[in-house]
Amino acid sequence: MTNAMELYQLLPKTNCKECGKTSCMAFAVALLSRELTADDCPPLKNEPKFKEKYEKINELAGPAGGATETGLIVHEELCFGCGNCVVACPVNVANDPYGVGSGNAPKKNEKLILTIEDGIVKAQNVDECRRFGKNKILCTGCIVTCPVEAIEFVV
Amino acid sequence: MEKEYYVCTGCGLLCDDIELEMEKDLIGKVHTACRVGVAHMKESPGEAEYLVDGKKVDEKTAIEEAASVLKAARNPLIFGLGTSTNEAQKKAIELAEKLNATLDDTSSFCLGPLIEAILQEKFKTCTLDDVRNKADISFFWGSDPADSHPRHLSKFSYFPRGQEKQRGWEEERTAIAVDIRKSHTAKICGNEFYQVPPGGDAEFIEALIAGLSGKLPKTSFKFPPKKLLELANILKGARFGVIFVGLGLIYSLENLEPLIKLMDTLNEKAKGDFYLIPMVGHYNMRGFNETLFEKTGFVNSVKFEEGSVKHGPGYSVVESLKAKTVDAALIIGSDPLASLPHSIAKQLLEIPLITIDPCETLSSRKAKVSIRSGVSGVEAGGSATRMDGVQVPFRPAIDAKRPSDEEILSKLMEAL
Repeated sequence: MTNAMELYQLLPKTNCKECGKTSCMAFAVALLSRELTADDCPPLKNEPKFKEKYEKINELAGPAGGATETGLIVHEELCFGCGNCVVACPVNVANDPYGVGSGNAPKKNEKLILTIEDGIVKAQNVDECRRFGKNKILCTGCIVTCPVEAIEFVV
Repeated sequence: MEKEYYVCTGCGLLCDDIELEMEKDLIGKVHTACRVGVAHMKESPGEAEYLVDGKKVDEKTAIEEAASVLKAARNPLIFGLGTSTNEAQKKAIELAEKLNATLDDTSSFCLGPLIEAILQEKFKTCTLDDVRNKADISFFWGSDPADSHPRHLSKFSYFPRGQEKQRGWEEERTAIAVDIRKSHTAKICGNEFYQVPPGGDAEFIEALIAGLSGKLPKTSFKFPPKKLLELANILKGARFGVIFVGLGLIYSLENLEPLIKLMDTLNEKAKGDFYLIPMVGHYNMRGFNETLFEKTGFVNSVKFEEGSVKHGPGYSVVESLKAKTVDAALIIGSDPLASLPHSIAKQLLEIPLITIDPCETLSSRKAKVSIRSGVSGVEAGGSATRMDGVQVPFRPAIDAKRPSDEEILSKLMEAL
């Protein structure tokens, strides 16, 4: 799990504002929320002395293997399809209260983030996830309800 | 368009909201079911197979051979039926009456005593739909639904929104687990997990009753009294509490008296009512218990004798095999050779066996007559009784190539 401070330590810390943000700390936060990428910091990208740090940031803030855009990873080999996450996900409940929200099969499939297919949880419509976008919050509904730690978020 | 739902017969929960995508004649994708259900429904539907002494024969020969084994037996045993439909179970009971047989199912060494007590109204019980709509306390005692009935918590007991529980699990429900180890269910219960040593349940119940009555709870295994009092307080505040009793608790208690006493105390001290639901594993074990109870007044371990019914532990599968009182066995949808203790199971090798099962099992390999039946709920329709006593009708998902248990038992009856 990466945090903004860790990313900040890898930045030039000059507050040059070339990226459009007011400070390097603000840039680190933007990196964390995936609003910007390491390429948006010109000194970091162009100056050879930052090369190592640039690569490190790309590694930390870049997309992790197998993760969706929100950083959600489902360990399929662990999941046994109990559906706790499907029923507990607040977005699922809001979009389909009488279906998955009440513990049943989905009645409206369009905006559901998590569904069970062949006994394993599948993620889709991840842009609906509360951990995504500008107003993101650190929702952990699907993680804390999983008995086998099959769901993980990488930031 | 109204969606078409099927019933999963993978466990005692009988989830009735399974969507299937068909690929030609077979089941392709399965939606909403857990991994247990998917494996159960996709179990490859084979051709009908009739074996006598391990050799393939036609249907007629196998049925006749089975009938002659049963006819020749003085006291045949009919065992299993936990994974048969209500209709097949009725047929098996008729057959047992006709043959003057000993009839038992897995509940004699499982949850039988608890279901008997529920049917005799010693406990208050409710349906799982009531649990979803009203329950604020779900208490898992000696049971681990996260592993045994994966959708239990998500479909009924903890996570779903219900009519009177609109704000969800974080605010309006509490899940509590008492177990000897930190099970997957206990992990979800978080702080409300109470670990007891093996065999310590009766003492824990006694201490909890003391806590509920305002006395200092004491246990020989030094369970922190403060934590027990906290549990007592949570339970006292319940408006609709449900205890899901699993095998862990039943095996640990010598009899049901402590549990009855606990339920009475809870109903007296708590704000609302407390109910009990048995965590039945096989999808229709409760159905067998209820049907037999209706007919004879007993839930298992019976012996039919010229119109009269005898009952007692001596007629259970374990005791009758131990005492060598049975001289043939008809086993339906169960694998006693693999599941019973070796010293008892080996007695099955001494008597002729007839098995009716969708799968090849150790018992079917050692059987004189072995018949492959269709998986009920997938290849055969019918009805079953859920763990809370609700009848769930279901229809087959695919065209069956194999006969159902019910059809085989009917043919066996005719041959007799």
